[in-house]
Amino acid sequence: MSATDGSLSGGDMSVGHVEPQGGLTVAFCATLKRDLVLMLRRRSEVMNPLVFFAIVITLFPIGISPDPQLLAAIAPGLLWVAALLAALLSLDSLFRADYDDGSLEQLLLTPQPLALLTLAKVAVHWLLTGLPLALMAPLLGIMLALPAGSYLVLALSLALGTASLSLIGAIGAALTVGLSRGGVLLSLLVLPLYIPVLIFGAGAVQAAILGDGIMAHLAILGALLSLALCLAPWAIAASLRISING
Amino acid sequence: MWAFINKLRSPKWFYAISARLQPWFWAAALLLIGTGTIWGLAFAPADYQQGNSFRIIYVHVPAAFLAQSIFVSMAITGLVFMVWKIKICDMAAAMMAPLGAAMTFIALFSGAVWGVPTWGTWWMWDARLTSMLILLFLYLGVIALRGAFTSRDSASRAASVLAMVGVINIPIIKYSVDWWYTLHQPATFTITGRAAMPMEMWAPLLIMVLGFYSFFIALTLTRVRSEILRRESNKHWVRELAGETR
Repeated sequence: MSATDGSLSGGDMSVGHVEPQGGLTVAFCATLKRDLVLMLRRRSEVMNPLVFFAIVITLFPIGISPDPQLLAAIAPGLLWVAALLAALLSLDSLFRADYDDGSLEQLLLTPQPLALLTLAKVAVHWLLTGLPLALMAPLLGIMLALPAGSYLVLALSLALGTASLSLIGAIGAALTVGLSRGGVLLSLLVLPLYIPVLIFGAGAVQAAILGDGIMAHLAILGALLSLALCLAPWAIAASLRISING
Repeated sequence: MWAFINKLRSPKWFYAISARLQPWFWAAALLLIGTGTIWGLAFAPADYQQGNSFRIIYVHVPAAFLAQSIFVSMAITGLVFMVWKIKICDMAAAMMAPLGAAMTFIALFSGAVWGVPTWGTWWMWDARLTSMLILLFLYLGVIALRGAFTSRDSASRAASVLAMVGVINIPIIKYSVDWWYTLHQPATFTITGRAAMPMEMWAPLLIMVLGFYSFFIALTLTRVRSEILRRESNKHWVRELAGETR
């Protein structure tokens, strides 16, 4: 009796193990949680783009001029370009570790649509790169004598814009993840596609300084984000399949 | 339509049909470019403002047309390749990319040369110039990505995905650069003689544009033919062909 009970319960457990409950939402949350935990355990990787951002911003007054007026005039563009490069720097590792240890292949084999699962990975990338950069930017803005009244807009435009940057960049990261030296190629592929986001992001901060309406810029940043949200996951999924199978 | 697509699957059929088409396009290209050059350089009237320097238009505009068209055709052939796995389309996309990049460079270079007499400078951050420069970077990205893969199939599919991503982005980049330009500097210079062009100037331009397109088709056919021979060099019909000519 006990033996049959044991085998029965064992059978139940194995059945329960093979077919986990829950569908897309569970898979999405599981991917999100796993990536968050993994990234938070590698703190230096999370910190590096932020330190890079701070160092690059430090270089400009040294290289150009410490004159506050001059710096204030170019601060919106400098902050945006430096944040963009910092976000780009962290892209290469987006799929790299998963590709090396084979968990990316497991992600491809899941019954859930790959496009949505990659969206979870991109969301983690934004949470740990784009959002901290956006929060840190006002601090660096003070150092560049950014005129008052534009700090909130700077953080907001960066938060909105870096989400699009993460989505677009993930396409490039997925295309180059199978290549051993994909880093420089990645920036060559991705930077031209970043230009619209840069224009409207830096434009929003400029408009805030000049006292113009910022809503147009922010609305277009939002539009770019929604377009990227709709289209980029499919391109990322297709690129990952190419990189894995090739 | 389906019969045509199915026929495209056979490189042998394409090799045969392109042999018949090829001379016509080469002849058309030679004739049109020859006529257009002579008419445009020698017989078209000089511009009342720009004098003879406006004649650069006969190279500049057709090259710029082609630069944009080739990227779109690259994306279309990439899509057809991804959907129907037609190898000819991928070969065409691969062969078009360097020509497209060259045309973009010619358009940029001739624009810069034209800028000296009209604007008094080699380079202006003009909206059109800037979007052409970004287009050049997009071309270089596609070419570099194709070259980075060791497996030809992965390279083809990755380049196709990137060309499609690029072609979705080209209008966005174009409009955002236009927006950026109007924000930053008013249009102090406009290219005169373009809006209201007399017939004697316009006709050779049209001939040159048609000539450049014929040249593009002819060159792509020729290059695809040699690419077919290279990729199919272990096929029976290619060896037979080589045996006959030897």
